[in-house]
Amino acid sequence: MIIKRNRIKNSKPIQAPFKTVSEKYNLRLYIAGLTPIAVAALSNLKSICEEKLKGKYHIVVIDLLKNPKLGRDDQILAIPTLMRKLPLPIRLIIGDLSDTQSVLAGLDLIARRQ
Amino acid sequence: MKKNKSTFKRNTLPKSPTSIQGLDEITGGGLPKGRPTLICGGAGCGKTLLAMEFLVRGATKYNEPGVYISFEETEKELTANVASLGFDLPDLIARKKIWLETIHVERDDIEESGEFNLEGLFIRIHYAIESINAKRVVLDTIETLFSGLPNPRILRGELRRLLRWLKNKGVTTIITGERGESNLTRNGLEEYVSDCVILLDHRVSDQSSIRRLRIVKYRGSEHGTNEYPFLIDEDGFSVLPVTSLGLNSISSKARISTGIPRLDTMLSGKGYYRGSTVLVSGTAGTGKTSLAAKFMESACKRGERVLYFAFEESPSQFMRNMSSIGIHLETYVRKGLLNFHATRPTLHGLERHLATTIKLINKIEPAIVIIDPIDAFITGDNQTEVKTMLLRLVDFLKMKHITAFFASLTAAGRNMELTDVSISSLIDTWLLLRDIEIGGERNRGLYVLKSRGMAHSNQIREFRMSDKGIDLLDVYVGSAGVLTGSARLSQEAKDRAEQIAHQQEIRRRQFGIARKRMSLEAQIADLRAEFEAEESETMKIISIEKAKSDRIAMDKSKMAKSRKADISLKKTG
Repeated sequence: MIIKRNRIKNSKPIQAPFKTVSEKYNLRLYIAGLTPIAVAALSNLKSICEEKLKGKYHIVVIDLLKNPKLGRDDQILAIPTLMRKLPLPIRLIIGDLSDTQSVLAGLDLIARRQ
Repeated sequence: MKKNKSTFKRNTLPKSPTSIQGLDEITGGGLPKGRPTLICGGAGCGKTLLAMEFLVRGATKYNEPGVYISFEETEKELTANVASLGFDLPDLIARKKIWLETIHVERDDIEESGEFNLEGLFIRIHYAIESINAKRVVLDTIETLFSGLPNPRILRGELRRLLRWLKNKGVTTIITGERGESNLTRNGLEEYVSDCVILLDHRVSDQSSIRRLRIVKYRGSEHGTNEYPFLIDEDGFSVLPVTSLGLNSISSKARISTGIPRLDTMLSGKGYYRGSTVLVSGTAGTGKTSLAAKFMESACKRGERVLYFAFEESPSQFMRNMSSIGIHLETYVRKGLLNFHATRPTLHGLERHLATTIKLINKIEPAIVIIDPIDAFITGDNQTEVKTMLLRLVDFLKMKHITAFFASLTAAGRNMELTDVSISSLIDTWLLLRDIEIGGERNRGLYVLKSRGMAHSNQIREFRMSDKGIDLLDVYVGSAGVLTGSARLSQEAKDRAEQIAHQQEIRRRQFGIARKRMSLEAQIADLRAEFEAEESETMKIISIEKAKSDRIAMDKSKMAKSRKADISLKKTG
């Protein structure tokens, strides 16, 4: 059972990583119950972050079934939705995050497509 | 039989009343309860307003709270837009009658990565419905999702699921959709909504805009299939289904005066039927409006309310003109009995005219409605439309038992019995005013062309207006033909002279014969006198002769006595 605020902090310090990532990433993952798709999204997200943003990120999982009001406040329609709250501007990535390239593009870690 | 059938149907398919004027009539009670309805149409045709009014009416009239999910407009915009219709959205929201949810999707900010669903939207709708215990839901315009979110394949599936889900929740839903090129909606939403589809249309014809509504389908229910005009004004949305009412209005036997005693006489002595439709047609300046004014005046005198639609004159001009023929209407205006609605007919489209007319009639509830003139609506080639409009208006007025008085202008030189709008079949009483040109002057003639259900006069009357009012006079019908005006006067004078001469002749003859009689009688008297003289003479002679013979006899008997004669001699005496 994952609660709404699920912090995943891995061995915080160590060193300053790639130059591309200088700020801390504040991420939110919106789900609606622990569906297989939500579980997949979370594990995909974790592995991407561990690989690219180690020590530089902070994930909050929000279950809209428990907090339906947040859906209104944050304008969430699609589930799962990953929101990059920081660094600005806010970015949204929808889906189970199985396509790593588009997740990286969505987080501005690589150049966006199109 | 038919009625039973429709009540039976209504029972099997519960409906959610919209309380929108006219829409409930053509849908047989409202939108399908607990099911989705699609409202589609082009930009600016009134989808949002219809949907919003459905919610607001539901919340205020039927205690059915509603959720409004807007994909296009912000709360602020929506509130401002519907405030012009008199809906106080913030108040309804505060009282938990309406829940407004604005959904904003911006494609540019969104990256897609793998499978997703719209559970977030479901949760939000669910939360909104639960929060105010909503019975009605509007999704306006859900199609925005297609441009806002990637992957139409997933969206279609989710949309289908959403509608099924809403149906299971038992909420009456309206979803709106933008009109597409070949389909009803751009993204084929009609595929998902099978219960009820309403199409709104907004077109411009002859520079005036016409809005129309059509029910494309309504599963399991009878519904009107025509295109119905509708309009949006300060009171919201209204549909005009007047033609659906049919010809079952109840006719009154009561009669009302025309305001002109002699015209009443022409209409079998009592005037028009209450609730009938009266047409006065005639060429320019024949007195149609004056006839209307007289009718108005008499109605106002009886204390009835009159609504006058003037398309040619302003109220003050009309009243000034009418006071010149002795009709003073100002008091009735002040008392609120006489109501004017003066506009230029070109101001609105026909439908809007009809709608404003009907709304005003509903508001003022007059006993008499006057439209002067009906031809004002004709602009170019829209005669059929004008006729349908009038048909609907007449039906409406009949249903309400309102006496309608239409003035119609006939172009000079045309067949007098052909009005421009050819509505004669709608008319119960038709008065024709016409010019009669004789002896270098024009005079007005009036006759009753038809009047249903009464023995009306077949006579032409001369229609004369003076500062004392309106008079109907007998026209001169004699050896010299039909005469009016001064021709009639001179002919009448001539007639009078002839008559006098005639009478004098008679008197002369009478006098002559009297004289003859007198002389005859004198002669008779003369003769009689002569005769009497002769008679007395004769008698005298006779008596003398008698005396003479007596004497002789006496003398003889004396002689016989003396001679001692026998008896036989006595016999001679």
